[in-house]
Amino acid sequence: MWRYIVQRVLVSIPVVIMVGIITFTLVYVGPGDPAAIIAGDEATPEILEAIREDLGFNRSFPVQMGDWFWKLAHGDLGTSYFSRREITELITPRLQPTLSLGFQVVVLSTLIGISTGMLAAWKAGTRLDRNLMVLAVLGFATPGFWLAFLTIWVFAVNLGWFPVIGYSPIQDGLFSHLHSLFLPVMVNSILASAFISRITRSAMLEVLREDYIRTARAKGASEFSVFLRHAFRPSAIPVATVIGASIAGLATGFVLTETIFAIPGLGRMLVDAIVRRDYPIIQALLMVVAVVLIGVNLIVDILYAYIDPRIRY
Amino acid sequence: MTEALLKVKNLHTEFRTEGGIVKAVDDVSFEVNAGEIFALVGESGCGKSVTALSIMGLIPNPPGEITSGSIEFDGVDLLSLPSREMRAIRGSRIGMIFQEPMSSLNPVLTIESQLAEPLKIHENLSGNVANDRAKELIDMVGIPDSATRMKQYPHELSGGQRQRIMIAMAMACSPQLLIADEATTALDVTIQAQILDLMQDVTSQTGASLLIITHNLGIVARYADRVGVMYAGKLREVSDASDLYAEPHHPYTVGLLQSVPRLDADKGSPLSPIAGEIPDLTDLPEGCAFNPRCEWAVDKCRIEQPTLEETKPGKQVACFEHETVALRV
Repeated sequence: MWRYIVQRVLVSIPVVIMVGIITFTLVYVGPGDPAAIIAGDEATPEILEAIREDLGFNRSFPVQMGDWFWKLAHGDLGTSYFSRREITELITPRLQPTLSLGFQVVVLSTLIGISTGMLAAWKAGTRLDRNLMVLAVLGFATPGFWLAFLTIWVFAVNLGWFPVIGYSPIQDGLFSHLHSLFLPVMVNSILASAFISRITRSAMLEVLREDYIRTARAKGASEFSVFLRHAFRPSAIPVATVIGASIAGLATGFVLTETIFAIPGLGRMLVDAIVRRDYPIIQALLMVVAVVLIGVNLIVDILYAYIDPRIRY
Repeated sequence: MTEALLKVKNLHTEFRTEGGIVKAVDDVSFEVNAGEIFALVGESGCGKSVTALSIMGLIPNPPGEITSGSIEFDGVDLLSLPSREMRAIRGSRIGMIFQEPMSSLNPVLTIESQLAEPLKIHENLSGNVANDRAKELIDMVGIPDSATRMKQYPHELSGGQRQRIMIAMAMACSPQLLIADEATTALDVTIQAQILDLMQDVTSQTGASLLIITHNLGIVARYADRVGVMYAGKLREVSDASDLYAEPHHPYTVGLLQSVPRLDADKGSPLSPIAGEIPDLTDLPEGCAFNPRCEWAVDKCRIEQPTLEETKPGKQVACFEHETVALRV
């Protein structure tokens, strides 16, 4: 198992490099001159040239990219064009909101998704099953930003139960922290759980047709035990896959969520950086996202082996 | 003769399909006596497995349903039992072994936990006691190195070993009736004999009855005391096993026996399969369902359905022309 993990980590290094090359190139060839943005509207050509010289834009493309990778390999994500501060330093305070939001959404959507999916499979063909699945279809057909504005309008503006915008860090108290993140957590969890729920239901129904389920019944096992003990674990593989994929979806979803709910996380930081053409930040954040997703995939693969003993690495 | 352990009377099991209602089991009656080995034989789709699942109360509903009849086990009508009481009988007083050893064990649970499960359910044994019993059961079915096997998963065992585990599981609570539904069909011939011997051994030790569902007449000849021959959902002939081979009274039985390849036949002599094909169960022929394939069929066979009647002690046949058939050789 450890050998497999080390192998996977080594294999992901070229993947990270590829992602790095692609992001660097895309941002490099993208429109807009950062020097012009930094200098403002009244910059003279001389000032622009000085800025370009200062930030190294005059060097050739391979040299710029090589320089970037060299620093990256040493844990240096670069310096923001605007604030002139180290990006690692800028990212640190932004981690907590995004990680907290992500953790809550993953836990909540997994709980909601698996329990409603199992309930629907248990009651397959009944009105309850149909209603749950209609909700699930609505759930993943609903645009996230629309649901976000709707919940803000109903629960924050009209009912006043939650703040319209704003973020309260954990240091200021766990309750106010959870309270400030409640709406974005709910919106993202509802959307992510819809998919998990549908996959759980169909995986369960498929496993329930297996011969070994009939064997369990022939042993005299109760339906409850057939469901939880015999059918759930074999059907957990596709569910784990979907949860992994929904974490990948969250990475992009958070750009929107954090913007709408004004949460000072990595997603908002990325949007701000794109608007300002602060290339080093864009590149650094894309690398962070890539590494996180590679990590999630690795965890899902390791989970497979835990769920199904036939899978060994 | 002792009182029969299992009495199946006028059992009707139907499946609703898109093509119409399939009468998978159509008015089947037979008895299994205590301690005997009874075999149900017939081609695929003749209703023998559905009969077994009906006894176990494991007909998937929908689409299947037992529409009428009774299944009396040790004096109790299983069909009228509430599901909780039926569960208490399944796995404890009636054990069942299935056709596919490869897929009949749960791939994500250890052998130990699967073997100990019926003991925990029915005998309320605690974890450790049940596990010790499970180990004894592995020894009983002749798998070496039981301590290692306990911790293994089904995919680490061979097909024959898995079927031994299935037998151990079905016999865990010493049932009075063991049902083996094509239990050896998927195994190598040499392993088949071992598994059948094992089933015969474990049931004779506890005095349990054994209901073998098979399409293999060789198995019937070697192991069964009595035989029921099924065709298109109905029992066509019930007979002592030895008598079935010596004096088949139903044309279908005659056809089955003739279509068995024989080692002592002349080399190059053709097999003689039964002419025609198994009828579509949603669209059975009028009269006796076997009449289009039957060389003895008369006009009456195409209009009326024969019922199972005793032709001599220990033999029941459903055929209008059984006397002619009996005289054929």
